[in-house]
Amino acid sequence: MSLGQRVSSDHQLARLLQIGVVLEEVVESRAAHHLESLPADEREAIDDEVRALLAEAAEESAEHRERLETLVDDLDAETVAYEEINALVDAQYGPPEDTDGVLYDQLCNEETAYKFYDDLIEAIEASDAAFAIDRDRLLETLYDIREEEREGVEEVTEIMERRA
Amino acid sequence: MNTADQYLKAIYLAQRIDDGPASTGTLADLLEVSPASVNEMIGKLEERGLVEHEKYKGASLTDEGLERAHDALQTYCIIERFLANVLEVEEFREEAHALEAVIDDTVADRLDTIIDRPEECPDCFDPEADCCKYLEASTRAD
Repeated sequence: MSLGQRVSSDHQLARLLQIGVVLEEVVESRAAHHLESLPADEREAIDDEVRALLAEAAEESAEHRERLETLVDDLDAETVAYEEINALVDAQYGPPEDTDGVLYDQLCNEETAYKFYDDLIEAIEASDAAFAIDRDRLLETLYDIREEEREGVEEVTEIMERRA
Repeated sequence: MNTADQYLKAIYLAQRIDDGPASTGTLADLLEVSPASVNEMIGKLEERGLVEHEKYKGASLTDEGLERAHDALQTYCIIERFLANVLEVEEFREEAHALEAVIDDTVADRLDTIIDRPEECPDCFDPEADCCKYLEASTRAD
C-alpha cells in the first residue's frame, strides 16, 4: 500500500493521465446523454444558457482529452476509446429528473475534475522522479486544465445561483 | 484517499483477517509500514474517536470509524474494478494500492458511474484475495 501521495514512475503517471482521459470522456458523454434523456417538455424548457454550457463543457472536455492523450502517447501507453466509455456510461446511466439535475451533475463533473487535477499536480510536485516527458510541459498542461475546471465550477455555480 | 482513511480500511480488513481486534503486526504487513508507525497512527485515530485500542489485543473500529472504513473500502473497490474492467489492467491490485492515495472519493464516485458493482459492496470484499469476491478480471494483458 502506498501511503504517500506522490507519483513515482512513468507507469503510474501514465495510469493517472489515463484516468484523467476517462473522466473527461465521462463528462462529455454524460453531457450528451442529459440532453437526449430529458422528457420533451423539460428538454424544451432548457434555455439557451444551459444548452450553451453543456455544449461548451463537451467541447472543453474533448480538448482536455486530446491534450492528455498527447502526454499519454509520449509515455508510450494507450487510452480507452471514447466509444467504449460512451457505451459504459450508456449501460449505467440514470437520467437526471430536470434541468436542475442536469446542472447539478455538471457541477459534480467540474468539481471532480478540478479535484483530480489538483491532487495529481500535488502528487507530481511532491515527487522528484524523472519522467519520460518534460516535467515543465506536463505541469503547465495540468495547470492550464485545472484552471479551466476551476472556471467551469464558477460558471455552473453562477448559473445555478441565478436560477435559484 | 488520505492516510487516516487508508489506516481505517486496513483496520477493518485486519479485524476480518484476525477475527477480532487488529494486531499491530497485521496492520504493519497490510500497510507496509513499521509497527512504530502503526502505533503512532492508532493513537491519533483513538484521539479522534475512530478507533479503540486495547493493550496486547489490538485496535477495533468504533461505529464512526467503521462507517469511514466502509466508505474507504468502497472507494478502493471502485478503483480496483475500474482498473480491472475499464482499463483492463492485469495487476490491478498492485496498481490500486499505488494509486489509492492520489484518488479522492469524489473522483471514485465519478468512475463509479461507469462500472458495475454489487449492491452489497464493500461487504463482498475478500481480504485474503485483496479484491471483491465477485470481481472478474479482464483476461487481456495491459
